[in-house]
Amino acid sequence: MLVVLACGTLWAKEAAPLAEDPVVEKRLIDISSEMRCLVCQNESLAGSHADLAQDLRRELRGLIKEGKSDAEIKEFMVSRYGDFVLYRPQVKPLTWLLWAGPFVFLIAGIVALIAFLRRRGREVKDVPLSAAETQRAEALLKESGQ
Amino acid sequence: MKAKFLIPMALFLVLVGFLAVGLNRDPRDVPSPLVNKPAPAFTRPQLALPDKQFSAADMKGKVWMLNVWSSWCVSCRQEHPLLVEFARAQVVPLIGLDYKDTRDAALGVLRQMGNPYDLTVFDGDGSVGIDYGVYGVPETYIIDKAGVIRHKHTGPITSEALEKTIIPLINELKKS
Repeated sequence: MLVVLACGTLWAKEAAPLAEDPVVEKRLIDISSEMRCLVCQNESLAGSHADLAQDLRRELRGLIKEGKSDAEIKEFMVSRYGDFVLYRPQVKPLTWLLWAGPFVFLIAGIVALIAFLRRRGREVKDVPLSAAETQRAEALLKESGQ
Repeated sequence: MKAKFLIPMALFLVLVGFLAVGLNRDPRDVPSPLVNKPAPAFTRPQLALPDKQFSAADMKGKVWMLNVWSSWCVSCRQEHPLLVEFARAQVVPLIGLDYKDTRDAALGVLRQMGNPYDLTVFDGDGSVGIDYGVYGVPETYIIDKAGVIRHKHTGPITSEALEKTIIPLINELKKS
């Protein structure tokens, strides 16, 4: 019984560092899930088990404890690893095309559609039937009605 | 009217062009924001002489090469013989940065494969590596006389990279 209790307290102690400061950990997860791990490029920094990711989380934890703002922490990462670490690219001259591209295509598509509809509207003219044609059409309708 | 039917063809060729360039690029080759920025300062003990310190500032006024390596890194062994050969030519001081390693293992590699480095700095916890934006060893930096990083090579150095990029750049930097 004593042994079991002793084990229990041991485990509790070992688990302590993870939940050391839930506020810091929460911020760490929020920030690092917005960043790419450079070793396993399809994983976020929050979820990666790569050695470098663990070191970087340690660094970020330190920065959070120093009371650095989110922007400062982002700057820390970008100054070392480039914009590539950010999953959400910053808006700046280099990325204007990236951000505006979809809207440019959307507007181009709408302009093309309007131009197409207008042209078709002009080509398809309403031509009224002549008297002979109306008579023939009525005859055909009557025939099919019987 | 005929030109109208060429538009999809032209768009397709543009797409092919983008894909041809995009798919042939190495996704691991991330451009470093540190190029043309001052090399981050650091002071760390040397690998072979733990009580002697090396500082990046010691190299002011010289063009030098910083090679990040580790004993556990397989591609470092691949480039090692080339570095040994390059060091023999004495083109620039070659400083090694032993990244996230143990002294014994690192010294073992140098004994076994030869030591190309004028000296190696020991970065056991990898904190210098983080300041230099290291994400996959080996990585090599060329730093100019003013202490500005001029070039970064990610992955093992090849003789082609040495001859076509690194040595010409070093010669140019030495002149200025």
